[in-house]
Amino acid sequence: MKDRIIEIINKYNGDSARLMDILHDIQAISGYVDKATIAILADKLNLSAAQIKETVSFYHFYSDKPLAKVNIYLNDSVTANMNGRKEVLNAFEEACGIKIGGVTTDGNIGLFSTSCIGMNDQEPAAIINDKVFTCLTPYRAKQIINGLKQGQQVEELMVEACGDGNNALPVINAMVYNNIRRKGALLNHDYPLFTVIKDILPNTSAEEIIDIVSESNIRGRGGAGFPSGLKWKFGSRAKGEHRYIICNADEGEPGTFKDRVLLTEYPEMVFEGMVTAGYAVGADVGLLYLRYEYKYLLAYLNGVLENMRKINYLGQSIAGIVDFDFDIRIQLGAGAYICGEESALIESLEGKRGEPRDKPPFPVEKGYLNLPTVVNNVETLATVVKIIKNGAAWYNQLGNKDSVGTKLLSISGDCRFPGIFEVEWGLKISDILDMCGADEVQAIQVGGPSGALIGEKDFKRELSYSDLPTGGSMIVFNKNRDLLTEVVLNFMNFFIEESCGTCSTCRNMPYVLRGKLLKVINGRGVKTDIEDMVNWANLLKVSRCGLGQTAANPIVSSIRNFRHLYDALVQKEIEYDSGFSLEASVLESCKAVRRQPLFHHNA
Amino acid sequence: MTNKIKIKIDGKEIITDQGKTIVEAAHENGIFIPTLCNFAGALPKGCCRMCTIKINNRFMTSCTTPAAHGMEVENNTIEINDFRKGIIELLFVSGNHFCPSCEKSGNCELQALAYRYQMMVPRFPYDFPIKSVDGSSPYIIKDQNRCILCKRCIKTIKDEHGRHYFAFKERGHKLEVLLDEKMGKEISSALAKKAMENCPVGSIIYKEIGFEVPIGQRKYDHKPIGSEIEN
Repeated sequence: MKDRIIEIINKYNGDSARLMDILHDIQAISGYVDKATIAILADKLNLSAAQIKETVSFYHFYSDKPLAKVNIYLNDSVTANMNGRKEVLNAFEEACGIKIGGVTTDGNIGLFSTSCIGMNDQEPAAIINDKVFTCLTPYRAKQIINGLKQGQQVEELMVEACGDGNNALPVINAMVYNNIRRKGALLNHDYPLFTVIKDILPNTSAEEIIDIVSESNIRGRGGAGFPSGLKWKFGSRAKGEHRYIICNADEGEPGTFKDRVLLTEYPEMVFEGMVTAGYAVGADVGLLYLRYEYKYLLAYLNGVLENMRKINYLGQSIAGIVDFDFDIRIQLGAGAYICGEESALIESLEGKRGEPRDKPPFPVEKGYLNLPTVVNNVETLATVVKIIKNGAAWYNQLGNKDSVGTKLLSISGDCRFPGIFEVEWGLKISDILDMCGADEVQAIQVGGPSGALIGEKDFKRELSYSDLPTGGSMIVFNKNRDLLTEVVLNFMNFFIEESCGTCSTCRNMPYVLRGKLLKVINGRGVKTDIEDMVNWANLLKVSRCGLGQTAANPIVSSIRNFRHLYDALVQKEIEYDSGFSLEASVLESCKAVRRQPLFHHNA
Repeated sequence: MTNKIKIKIDGKEIITDQGKTIVEAAHENGIFIPTLCNFAGALPKGCCRMCTIKINNRFMTSCTTPAAHGMEVENNTIEINDFRKGIIELLFVSGNHFCPSCEKSGNCELQALAYRYQMMVPRFPYDFPIKSVDGSSPYIIKDQNRCILCKRCIKTIKDEHGRHYFAFKERGHKLEVLLDEKMGKEISSALAKKAMENCPVGSIIYKEIGFEVPIGQRKYDHKPIGSEIEN
């Protein structure tokens, strides 16, 4: 075993910046990273064992304890729960004879929970040994476990249905559906692949490319909305021995799945966007950071890259352009929402914990390996290709004045047609609801948990960077949903689970706020508890990154827009409730010492 | 020769060198900005958020932000001081801090800041978490109950190869500081003492010697934290 570990370390030249890959390779052969392995890694990488554990323990999909032969990660997203996750979980637990978080005594099957896996339009879903199973039912859960017990391989259990489009390709072989419901400027199949690399880049200067992107007014499609042209300009001017282009495919915002569809159906355009960015910025290396949950796409994407190398659209002197050398490597993540934040993503790329960096300096100046790095979203890069092909004026016709172009929306929840909708910016929320077939709508979560929960009075508002910005996630809730328990509590659990923990505020405050929320949900709340939550949440504003700063948004935006739900739950007759229950505490201590409680005041 | 620049903190103009952080510039000029995770000689990381200030209506950490000519900084304001007090309270309720019996009492920066910002009772409910105590090293007791996860031990206590004795473990609310099992056993007495000194609270305690300086004669027993800076 030791030899194999050393072989893996040597494969990556003993480079501690490749620790993520080293750990993935080790887990692939031994299932987990044990103490002896950690000692070897520490020795060879010149780190302490504690430093190795620091990275291993940060990521959801690394383990320092033995897992099972088959590990089922059942998604715990809001929509999974809305679509019967509880019944599916019960079926899994019953069929395996274990509770979630456990492993069967024979070590064959493990059952775990995981944060949103980007399958919101086909929930409940689970990742079973890196394969995605969608549209699960209790029947299917039992069938899967019975099959496993009879010795079937995970792949053999996927026969029930294969997804649409490229999902059905042997190299992907996934039960995932694209659910593309509406195509527009980006998704229309009107682009002959690699036109930009082949015909435009050889005749256009880097400055001209940046000018076209700037004039198109496209802003980053990941959610933050920074002008892409400006980012490229900064990157091209920053000094450094190398420059890097990173494609952020760590699509982790719950309810977002558009990048998964782009990577499945339009990967050439995404990579072509990276090459274009590399040409414009003067970079020689591109890195695509793929979230672990999309590992099923890895072999397929690497195949696309290999084809591009064969036709000289990657490699040396691309498309005959002298001195334009550029290649792309895919880095697989390991399960951490925070790595969608660009500087955390860079830390992760360097083999470390995904902790966001303090800014300034920004990645365009000091990014990957402290060198100039441009980080773009998958959708931005794919769109840029069409902008270069069709011109900035073409793009400026789309959308509205404030927000130009189109946006891919990932719509899920209580609607008849969940999936991907490409719309022009400026569309009204009410039109979007009509488009996806949503009736009796109580609320929509716009922009994922870090966005806002809005109600009917906001349905007149428009999607735009100045009114309602979004990275694309829209989850619809109808009037039968209990927003506080089903939605707000789930999102708070998500933020507590996914905080990196570095900032004192984000590490602790969501936990404190969840305590208050539970107090209200459990009927022990009073009016001041609602005010406390709003006031205390302010403290998160001083957190380092976007996750920390928005980690109370589920509570704050639901209090703002659905205050009546909170008011209805709090006690009216008293002004103070400590939340402490003497009876419950006595019961607990009696249980510990095996005595019967006797409450005199009840006698 | 270094370039001199001017910045304003709460309206007061100060002169500093280009390249200094705001907290360095402030402290050199007798203006107190509270810090916990910042430590002289180690790269600032902005973990504790205590040194938060406001520039152009944006919150920044003064330990990581370089001073720039013409900058106008808000520091000692009601809003910011309430955030600082809130952070101290959060750190108290999220751990188990037993000041009266703690070896670090009087030398503890968290305790001193709590006095300075007049924390009486935290506004947040106590969590009373169950935390571990590691006594496996011959010279160190590492008590997670009192740890505020400032990273000072991680950043400053290293061996001659640059390997860390301390490291983070897990993430988010489960985050802890881990003492490397092997290196913890081999740590020198001198480095163990330094680890205790560098810890702002009583989470790293040097074994065997206790209460060498009696309570009442310790660093913050007579003068509040920051008074060594203010003029």
